Amino acid sequence: MIPASFDYQAPSTLADALRLLDQNREGAKVLSGGQSLLPLLKLRLGQVEMLVDIGKVPGLDYIREEGGTLRIGGRTREVELERSELLRSRYPALSDTASVIADPLVRNLATIGGNLAHGDPANDHPATMMALGARVVATGPKGQREIAIDEFFRGLFSTALEPSEILTEIRIPAPPPRSGGAYVKLERKVGDFATAAAAVQLTLGAGGAVERAGIALTNAGPTPVRAREAEKYLVGKKLDEKTLAEAARLAASAARPSADRRGSVEYKREMARVLAARALEKAARRAEGR
Amino acid sequence: MAQHQIRVTVNGSPHEARVESRLLLVHLLREVLRLTGTHIGCDTTHCGACTVLLDGEPVKSCTVLAVQADGREVTTVEGLEKDGKLHPVQEGFWQMHGLQCGYCTPGMMMTSYALLQRNRNPTEEQIREAISGNLCRCTGYVNIVKSVQYAAEKLR
Repeated sequence: MIPASFDYQAPSTLADALRLLDQNREGAKVLSGGQSLLPLLKLRLGQVEMLVDIGKVPGLDYIREEGGTLRIGGRTREVELERSELLRSRYPALSDTASVIADPLVRNLATIGGNLAHGDPANDHPATMMALGARVVATGPKGQREIAIDEFFRGLFSTALEPSEILTEIRIPAPPPRSGGAYVKLERKVGDFATAAAAVQLTLGAGGAVERAGIALTNAGPTPVRAREAEKYLVGKKLDEKTLAEAARLAASAARPSADRRGSVEYKREMARVLAARALEKAARRAEGR
Repeated sequence: MAQHQIRVTVNGSPHEARVESRLLLVHLLREVLRLTGTHIGCDTTHCGACTVLLDGEPVKSCTVLAVQADGREVTTVEGLEKDGKLHPVQEGFWQMHGLQCGYCTPGMMMTSYALLQRNRNPTEEQIREAISGNLCRCTGYVNIVKSVQYAAEKLR
């Protein structure tokens, strides 16, 4: 399959990339890892006049923690997230997520910025970012702006990014002590989108009661779904079996999946509950240092 | 129709080509450079038959533009054998019957080669995880795992 014709530019600075996007607002698209965009162009589900490849723009590829914030460059590849010791020890929900995206070959090219900017509710990072309370940095011709992840996803394949903006950084608040997170995904086979998946991030107080809970679901509606009712229910409670089960039930009640080859609405909602329960249990174990 | 002059090193040899923006890397390899060892399977980023190494890392060449490989190094299955001698990975697939129809084999070997570059002593689980983006419909993967283990032992 061959995509329809387009122009291709690979600028070597961010300023040049932004200029190209600004000059071609209607027809230009950012090419990051290309693992969602190129299949879409090949299947002719989408068409572009110009691809602005940011692969040669320096300084968009990093994972570092500074001043109480984890900063990840928008062009950081999934394989780097997957292998990061910092993420494994401090942000396990993010490690979990990176290691179940598509397959290992795709993860050698796919990027975290692309995964978010594509605006596909079936992608895995969005739910984890919601659970972690992330903010994304959009850089445009007039400079940078920060967008809360809850404001970022507008609809199917639609985000708050302007056509002339590039997602350059993801910012995640560093977890306080007694925090833990997890991402658990059900897929028919490696490389498939989630039948259902849940992201959880918990912080416990000194007495063991929940101080903050972030819970979100993948592929459970036209945009990634944040399970606010379940989050609210958990705050102030100790994590026993009954509480976790009720939180999972509430989380699944936020799911609005549609039926497809992966299953019926009823099946997917039940799987959302099961996976939320598993992610809650794993996150609780990690928060308690077990 | 945008055209680009690109320089790509393939299996150690420099190549120059004039390509359209939309030309995929797999087509550059097969149709322009006539290296037909790299197969096209599903053409939708699933099967891994088209796996090549880009700067040493295995990627699906049906989902990379040829122009993205400009200035970079590509290794295909033709680059595994040296001076008429099979690479241990190739020898492993031969000795352990790691193929039946052979369609997935070039991609399977490139992924296995890259794994063994990083990890000379992979567990069975690590081998299965590494090749999880390469589909084989013949072998049930059992002999593929044995082939990679054979190569790993040979390389240690």
